[in-house]
Amino acid sequence: MSGSSPSRAPRDIDHAVVRFAGDSGDGMQLTGTEFTREAAFQGNDLATFPDYPAEIRAPAGTTAGVSGYQIQFAAHEVYSAGDQPDTLVAMNPAALKVHLADLKKGGLLVLNEASFQPADLTRAGWKSNPLTDHSLDGYRLIQVDFDKLVTHACEGLPGLGAKDVQRTKNFFALGLVFWLYSRDTARQEKAIHERFAKKPEIGEANLRAFKAGYFYGETTEAADAPWHIAPARLSPGTYRNVMGSTALALGLVAAAQKSGLRLFFGSYPITPASDILHELAKHRQFGVTTFQAEDEIAAVTASIGAAFGGALGATASSGPGIALKTEALGLALMIELPLVVIDAQRGGPSTGLPTKTEQSDLFQAVYGRNGESPIPVLAARSPADCFEVAFEASRIAIEYRTPVILLSDGAIGNGTEPWKLPRADALPRIDPKLRTDPEGFQPYSRDPETLARPWAVPGTKGLEHRVGGLEKDSLTGNVSYDPLNHEKMTRTRAEKVNRIARTYPKLVPAGDPDGEVGVLSWGGTYGSVTQAVIDARASGIRVGHIHLRHIFPLPLDLPEVLSRYRRILLPELNLGQLRLHVRGQLGIETIGLNKIQGKPFHVAEVRSAIEALARSPGPVTHKELA
Amino acid sequence: MTGKLNLAKKDFVSDQEVRWCPGCADFAILSTVQKVMPELDVPRENIVFVSGIGCSSRFPYYMNTYGMHGIHGRAPAIATGLKMARPELTVFVVTGDGDGLSIGGNHLIHALRRNIDLKILLFDNRIYGLTKGQASPTSELGKRTKSSPYGTVDRPFNPLTIALGAGATFVARSVATDTAHLATVLRRAAQHKGAAFVQIWQNCPVFNDGAFDSWAERDVRDEALIKLEHGKPLLFGKAKDKALRTGAGFSLEVGGTDGAVVHDEMREDLALSMALAALEPPMPQPMGVLRAVSRPTVDALAREQEEEAARKQAPDLEGLLRSGDTWTVEAQA
Ligand SMILES: Cc1ncc(C[n+]2csc(CCOP(=O)(O)OP(=O)(O)O)c2C)c(N)n1
Ligand code: SF4
Ligand SMILES: [Mg+2]
Repeated sequence: MSGSSPSRAPRDIDHAVVRFAGDSGDGMQLTGTEFTREAAFQGNDLATFPDYPAEIRAPAGTTAGVSGYQIQFAAHEVYSAGDQPDTLVAMNPAALKVHLADLKKGGLLVLNEASFQPADLTRAGWKSNPLTDHSLDGYRLIQVDFDKLVTHACEGLPGLGAKDVQRTKNFFALGLVFWLYSRDTARQEKAIHERFAKKPEIGEANLRAFKAGYFYGETTEAADAPWHIAPARLSPGTYRNVMGSTALALGLVAAAQKSGLRLFFGSYPITPASDILHELAKHRQFGVTTFQAEDEIAAVTASIGAAFGGALGATASSGPGIALKTEALGLALMIELPLVVIDAQRGGPSTGLPTKTEQSDLFQAVYGRNGESPIPVLAARSPADCFEVAFEASRIAIEYRTPVILLSDGAIGNGTEPWKLPRADALPRIDPKLRTDPEGFQPYSRDPETLARPWAVPGTKGLEHRVGGLEKDSLTGNVSYDPLNHEKMTRTRAEKVNRIARTYPKLVPAGDPDGEVGVLSWGGTYGSVTQAVIDARASGIRVGHIHLRHIFPLPLDLPEVLSRYRRILLPELNLGQLRLHVRGQLGIETIGLNKIQGKPFHVAEVRSAIEALARSPGPVTHKELA
Repeated sequence: MTGKLNLAKKDFVSDQEVRWCPGCADFAILSTVQKVMPELDVPRENIVFVSGIGCSSRFPYYMNTYGMHGIHGRAPAIATGLKMARPELTVFVVTGDGDGLSIGGNHLIHALRRNIDLKILLFDNRIYGLTKGQASPTSELGKRTKSSPYGTVDRPFNPLTIALGAGATFVARSVATDTAHLATVLRRAAQHKGAAFVQIWQNCPVFNDGAFDSWAERDVRDEALIKLEHGKPLLFGKAKDKALRTGAGFSLEVGGTDGAVVHDEMREDLALSMALAALEPPMPQPMGVLRAVSRPTVDALAREQEEEAARKQAPDLEGLLRSGDTWTVEAQA
């Protein structure tokens, strides 16, 4: 069927948002990923947002078990996975229940009619049948009996049980959506063959279901589809669709390679950080040691031990695990060894919302330790950005002999976007400047520029020395209880970290360089804010966007840049942590837009806040937008 | 001077003033360790001492080797990372009964289970020394301390059975007052390839004085202790006229020398070592090596995996970045 042309010429549109939703057992993440892969191949720009429940298999058919995957793909640049789907595929009534409210008015709903039996409806909490009670008025509907059509499609295939056949429904849905957006099917057909190479009969069944879905679209000429979305004009280069967690892992490997160090990654599984461990565990040939520790404390302390031994030490966790690592971070900053600590944030506090996203660990990262304990903090803004940030975090850790915290989050870690691949040989070298000369060696002497101390690793003759968490003499590193030495060391550790800000690039706001509103953001809100600023400028507002990669220390030019705007909007997925940080560090008041629902901002939410601020004439006051 | 390297005890003495209380048994252990070190014939720069927190954990500062005074309880984990990153180093862990069995119990058992090539020395004074005298996980039931004025109500751990249960490939016990025995055990531990666990009874004259007097003092120890020797019958008593024999129901009992059990530290199963480890007074307390078996170490296995991977596929960063599905966007004409 590849190459077979749809019966109706596709209509060109410039972007679309599609959400696949079903039971956690329905294979929605796979369906979404496969659709994404084809969008990437067809040259669309895209961003994805997988949203899945904390339970692996909540009771089938309940709203607790609904898993979703959203993609925005476009003929232009895309910054977020989109606010509201244009097309929602709901595999069962529970998925419909959870996601219907998000669907755009007039949007297209693809439903498996067979799953709307009375028992299914009750389990999903529908009081009456939405197919007949007008709940779906105002949407366009493709209502198909998936069960029957896949059964037909697989008729005569030997060696398949009824269950196997029913498991192909997600590929039916995928085929139908391929048709809706006139995607080329050849690559997907090949991919199905490869995926099920070990079970060819299952592969054949899925292939037939996929084709059946595609043909269904073609023969029924559903909705006003098919649509077509041309390739985006991305800047020239080689691309790969990358998940944030993968990019973080690759950034660490690249930094280790570029510094000539081994990478030691200690970790204890936790959502949404585990995928970093999974990725790194595959790359042993690069001198990467992954260590699945007995807990987060062992994970970080083992990494510190490895750093003492001359490796790039790294660890990753989420909020609760970072809390456990806290004491060890104090040790790392006291003994001044390189360590990269990734915090893939999730909804908190405590166990919170493990599979949902939030930005509420900023305080923990910047301020959450005993003693005067400055640690540089960086934040990634998107899946592809993770690579660069992990590389930079490693560079800072190595050059300044300090632990560095890298904040990511669930949406970035699991989300994907096209990544323009850097050339390995174009990545900068990192010089670890390992000390080898015993002449005049003092464990706590300092580089005059960076204030870094020598990194003298075991095995080096003549440099035997002891480190530890007790206060150190400012030169010899011997234990010292001298009051003035303690003050000197405390101030030196602070100054060392402050000097990192000298290496930041100049802040250049996106959009207007001055104006009515400046939007200050950090981390995973980047995409929504970028799009909101583009939209607001299109409607005539003079607005700029300052996105921070460096959370601590803050960029030196931040006050000047912020001063160019009449008022500053600060959208965050927390109750205002960067806002308080900026006020505390710089004495600058901003206006918070805060959302704590375990979900990213909608572009529209940020845009209306910008509009509200641009319109209101009053003086600049600190307040939180309701 | 000993060995090819011609090292002497003094080479292992650091320039730092030792700050334990006068009469503390830690001094004897330090001196014995410093004395044994040259015999290992390992260059000083390839030796690392890692510790947690406690009086005992100040140890690394006094050794003229590389060292890290870590955080409370975490020394086995720190040392695990170090050893996995640098398998060629000789890594010692110094910990206390509180450090290693309370806050750090989890790390201790996991280090042992993994058989990471570390020499773990647990200084057991049955008290929290550094925090000035609280009950520890090895304090005997009913012990009156600052934190237990009416006597403790929780049962102590037996460090040996824990180590054996955790899968340690080398388990031994010694006492600071018998430095000749201690030296022998330390030598054996250092030679063992794998996780070696050594419990060292250590008197704290300030907060738990005389904790071991009733069996470790010179006048009683022949009767109260039994020195284990591989391949030799389990005999004790001044005249070596008493023996451990198998009793009813899998037990060890004291009897004449004729039916003495022959010690075998290399037995694969734990039956004998566990039976010995579990002996409580008035039964004689085992001293020496209870178990010494050979198993692959995690540091070696992990390194083998890496080397194997590198043999199969040379590290290629460019290729790694470009792996998976890629596509190219051409420059617009
Ligand atoms: C996280 C943490 N909790 C508590 C302490 C206080 N503390 C220091 S040493 C110690 C107990 C040490 O006992 P042990 O390991 O038996 O060593 P000893 O001093 O007896 O040699 C405690 C509770 C600490 N330093 N860190
Ligand atoms: S308190 Fe006890 S263990 Fe600590 S140094 Fe003094 S005597 Fe030794
Ligand atoms: Mg103690």
